[in-house]
Amino acid sequence: MAKVIVVTSGKGGVGKTTTSASFATGLAMKGNKTVVIDFDVGLRNLDLIMGCERRVVYDFVNVLNNESTLKQALIKDKHCDNLFVLPASQTRDKDALTEEGVERILNELKKDFDYIVCDSPAGIEKGALMALYFADEALIVTNPEVSSVRDSDRILGILAAKSKRALNGDEPIKEHLVITRYSPKRVELGEMLSIDDVKDLLGIPLIGVIPESESVLSASNSGVPVIHDIDSNSGQAYADVVDRFMGVNLPLRFLNVEKKGLLSRIFGN
Amino acid sequence: MSLLDYFRGTRKPSASVAKERLQIILAREHSGREEPDYLPALKKEILEVVSKYVSVDLGAIQVNLERDENCEVLELNIALPEHRERDSQKRELVAHD
Repeated sequence: MAKVIVVTSGKGGVGKTTTSASFATGLAMKGNKTVVIDFDVGLRNLDLIMGCERRVVYDFVNVLNNESTLKQALIKDKHCDNLFVLPASQTRDKDALTEEGVERILNELKKDFDYIVCDSPAGIEKGALMALYFADEALIVTNPEVSSVRDSDRILGILAAKSKRALNGDEPIKEHLVITRYSPKRVELGEMLSIDDVKDLLGIPLIGVIPESESVLSASNSGVPVIHDIDSNSGQAYADVVDRFMGVNLPLRFLNVEKKGLLSRIFGN
Repeated sequence: MSLLDYFRGTRKPSASVAKERLQIILAREHSGREEPDYLPALKKEILEVVSKYVSVDLGAIQVNLERDENCEVLELNIALPEHRERDSQKRELVAHD
């Protein structure tokens, strides 16, 4: 049975699309047939992060309105045979997403795919609600920073109250915390909330920590999800997230400050 | 932390301030989450009814829901404007069961 996973956060700019792109890519690299859907109608960006922006012909809203078939709108990834992207519409407004329409498309996708990753827009408006409504599991992307933590907490409240599973009284959505832009050095200096702080505050199980890294920007510059950058810390950290999601037990990595020489220890930077 | 920072003396780490603030605000927001959805609509409709008879403004009604282990108390508080008559008595609307 296909699984629907929403990548959400409430706050914008914390790494939802980066996480969606790498997570979906990682699932596909493990041999799962995966589709990643951009729910950010009007502010399409997943196509850029996935590097398929020039191949967008039809979009999510076209399929909803029966202006194209699902097959015509799905874009096959350049790197993975098992991976497809369903881009958001750039021109329509977010009211284009209806519960019936989204459900119809998800049901159609469930016949062909193992995993359906829904990249949520920021906020708690229609687009974000539609992205999480049908979810079986959720990745909550959080920066170790006050506004991000508060908004993630708010989104957890919405998952528990307004999702289909919640409204039907089914088993609740399985939640996973992904901490992004983590800087061990700043945590050591007491300038940034630690992993334990964020875990305590949000009270959901942690599935991975993505360190702050230059490779994330260069990956989005070139339109190749950072998980393909296997030499980078953040690429490896995303690969770990995918493994843990698939049930592999792995220790957390990249949580400690890289060792410095004696001189820089004495004089600082 | 470098040795120089150590001798300069350090401020209270801002991360612990962040955590304390978040603990407080999240606890408060969680208690608000328990509030039933109908409260705002209830408040609006009561205000409409009351304003048919007395001119009251939007801030004049307070609706509180308190919950103990085995009972819920819905508390309504309506502040009526001062009476315009010469003696300018304060009137109170008293609700009986």
